[in-house]
Amino acid sequence: MKTTYREAIRAAIRDAMQRDERVFLMGEDVGRYGGGFAVSLGLLEEFGPRRIRDTPLSEAGFVGAGIGAALGGMRPIVEIMTVNFSLLALDQIVNNAATLLHMSGGQFNVPIVIRMTTGGGRQLAAQHSHSLEGWIAHIPGLRVLAPATLEDARGMLWTALEDPDPVLIFEHGSLYNVAGELADDAGAVDTDTAAVRRAGADVSLITYGGTLPTVLEAAEALANDDIDAEVLDLRTLRPLDDDAIVATVEKTHRAVVIDEGWRSGGISAELSARITENAFFDLDAPVARVCSEEVPVPYAKHLERAALPSVERIVAAAREAVGARG
Amino acid sequence: MTEDETAQAIAADPEHVRGLLRQMLRVRRLEEECVELYSASKIRGFLHVYIGEEAVAAGVMSVLAADDAVVATYREHGHALLRGVPATAIMAEMYGHAEGCCRGRGGSMHLFDAGTRFYGGNAIVAGGLPLAVGLALADKMAGRHRVTVCFFGEGAVAEGEFHESLNLAALWDLPVLFCCENNLYAMGTALERSESQTDIALKAAVYEVSAWAVDGMDVLAVEEAARRAVDAVRGGGGPHFLELRTYRFRAHSMFDPERYREKAEVERWMKRDPIVLLRSALEASGALSSDQWEALEQEVAAEVRDAVAFAEAGTLEPVEELTRFVYSERSPR
Repeated sequence: MKTTYREAIRAAIRDAMQRDERVFLMGEDVGRYGGGFAVSLGLLEEFGPRRIRDTPLSEAGFVGAGIGAALGGMRPIVEIMTVNFSLLALDQIVNNAATLLHMSGGQFNVPIVIRMTTGGGRQLAAQHSHSLEGWIAHIPGLRVLAPATLEDARGMLWTALEDPDPVLIFEHGSLYNVAGELADDAGAVDTDTAAVRRAGADVSLITYGGTLPTVLEAAEALANDDIDAEVLDLRTLRPLDDDAIVATVEKTHRAVVIDEGWRSGGISAELSARITENAFFDLDAPVARVCSEEVPVPYAKHLERAALPSVERIVAAAREAVGARG
Repeated sequence: MTEDETAQAIAADPEHVRGLLRQMLRVRRLEEECVELYSASKIRGFLHVYIGEEAVAAGVMSVLAADDAVVATYREHGHALLRGVPATAIMAEMYGHAEGCCRGRGGSMHLFDAGTRFYGGNAIVAGGLPLAVGLALADKMAGRHRVTVCFFGEGAVAEGEFHESLNLAALWDLPVLFCCENNLYAMGTALERSESQTDIALKAAVYEVSAWAVDGMDVLAVEEAARRAVDAVRGGGGPHFLELRTYRFRAHSMFDPERYREKAEVERWMKRDPIVLLRSALEASGALSSDQWEALEQEVAAEVRDAVAFAEAGTLEPVEELTRFVYSERSPR
């Protein structure tokens, strides 16, 4: 069937609500407004205000309440409108959700799912364009997912809800309108493995989430130059699929990491370090990185475009990696 | 409570009132032992004792049902003990031993116990309030008539999470009892130096939460207020709020030279020691003989002694277990 990323997530929420009475959705404007990004449009009419719960603008309060409800036996889906606002809830995410199981010696797990929009590219300027999923992936106790395809938008939520521990799902804002074909029986997908989205032999382009379409476009541009790029979609940022990362590097011997987050201390640094640790002797070139420029994301279109990873920068980095071929 | 009211309560059920005295004494003696053990380096990390504030936990816990939930702070040894967590497991936890209630993962500030629905032990001021709101939300959505009690200090009132939580609880009419232990100091910052409005019950009332202040040094007054509030919450009356006016006799933690308050003030409050007050009232009513007091002291001393012996005999969790409990070990539901 024809669908969009937005509709696929909505279908996943609807499916979860139908399958498990303990599941409910809460967040700012998820009900009457239909969701800040229209993901939950229509669900209030379908499931009622008890299970589609509008919240005040109290990120720490309702994320913490979601954690408490999870402790109390529910399976909450908490929507934070954007990653930028999630900073107001970091105490609850980092100090409670991530720690309670360990601090309690294994007594209290927290089966919460927190969804939020992430990323830039829509001229929303510095306070609405953060890509902080790599930051969150720093925290033990959490699982961090970044669905980039319709299949993952449809399938990751149920798997996350079945996880006994906290799962954060980062949905890139530029993906919601992506349309395509999805199997009628599409359902839950695994959240443990990375996926090769394009097989290739010359260089590995390693990315996730909202940058995947840009990277696939870059791979096509490289193909015109007879450079055969493999594209690895990480899908899950914590825990990382080390086997898949090593496998692609063993195959192509060159790696370019593309991440919309900043370079310094970001997940791209982690990926580069892991490749160095686990596949150093397979490398024929230094690991390259294409990240956002280290500025708060600006409003003006040309400046924003220059700040974020682009096809041109990815192609240039891949060419340089391949040019280093001994 | 007035002397007359106290005498009446004692006359009505002397056994019960002696039980409250016993509960406060259990906390007092356990905490005194903790201070000793800290000085002897048996307990490390931060240690915050509840000495002086025992009437609050004793009065509130007395009226809870077994399936109610409790969320507390980092000054929570007394809450854990009176909620029913064994002194042995509490002490072993502070020793960092595998036999502790959290297998040595939490320590003094993070006591948890699933069996008594004791949800910590939260060392971020106000961090527990949203959890309590969520626990109550789960009960309400599931149609259960349970109460979640959330303890926090008056310092939490300055945090955004306090205001967000009170608003949510009232907006959604949730079965939570908020218990603000107002001991007048957030670490070293006096209430009047941190709040423009120092009437805390009034702040709660602004959110349409039924709220009133209680003498937190009078265990009978605390119990009476808690019973009224818990009954109302359980009966569907929505969130309630008690401001329990109390005082911490000891330093904030073991690292506190107490430069911020006068000795005379501490001495003045110590004249209202909740244990001394209740013991005197019981004796004045002829409901506590010196033999009974002595027996009580001995019983409590034995409990503390057993707890220390249990902790001393405890074992260290093998380092190979370090990375357990970061993620759940059981398969998904």
